[in-house]
Amino acid sequence: MIHKTLETRQVGRRELMAMFGAGVVAAMGVGMTPRDAMADAKSVTDAMMKVVGDNKPATGKIKLDLPQIAENGNTVPIAVEVDSPMSDADHVKALHLWADKNPRPEVASFRFSPASGKAKVSTRVRLSKTQNIVAVAEMSDGKFYMAKSEIKVTIGGCGG
Amino acid sequence: MAKTKARVKVPKSIKKGEVFQVKTLISHKMETGQRKNKKTGKKISRMIINKLVCQYNGKEVFASDWHPAISANPYMAFYVKADASGSLDFTWTDDEGKSVKKSAKITVAG
Repeated sequence: MIHKTLETRQVGRRELMAMFGAGVVAAMGVGMTPRDAMADAKSVTDAMMKVVGDNKPATGKIKLDLPQIAENGNTVPIAVEVDSPMSDADHVKALHLWADKNPRPEVASFRFSPASGKAKVSTRVRLSKTQNIVAVAEMSDGKFYMAKSEIKVTIGGCGG
Repeated sequence: MAKTKARVKVPKSIKKGEVFQVKTLISHKMETGQRKNKKTGKKISRMIINKLVCQYNGKEVFASDWHPAISANPYMAFYVKADASGSLDFTWTDDEGKSVKKSAKITVAG
């Protein structure tokens, strides 16, 4: 049993290294889709690096609407809105969400178009414990914005 | 995904240029791949819906990539700007590549 666990862990690490390497290459390239950018990463910082590349995300523009305390981590309602006119020239291209203490930090990525009219999404997420939700918005002019907010979770939602 | 039931809600009638909310819900257990079978100790393999795409009269208006952190029976609400009458077509795709489709009629007045 112990032997088996060790083995899986080693493979996991090696895979991670390989993926991280690939991620760096992808970050240098252009025209990556949110899905490629979201390849497994060990932490939110790594994951975020893959999306923003060399750009420094500015704060603001993003409104995270989260409950202060989530009693049930299995389904936490969240809403995220990015302030943008959503015109052809100036709109939100993508929005990425992470939860920094989940077993896997990726939560979701959304792609918008000017036809969306408003860059706002609501969904329900699983959170394993009290942690930060990080949102990064990618604008049509190539700029990035970031927001971070904490949610207190009473009962974790990643079932053992 | 034979048993999955998808539901979509859009306003009955909208004015041109109006931005309206679209609500979607689909039944799916969204197995994370982190859980273990308590009796055997074996990991239950991951099985989630990883994608939802919405097309408005054939053109993509919204798409999302989901990870296991999305709750069971995923709810997703977003916005669309009314342009012309027609349909909103939704496609959910799971880890096996199987998809569920659903359409909603859009009536744009004036």
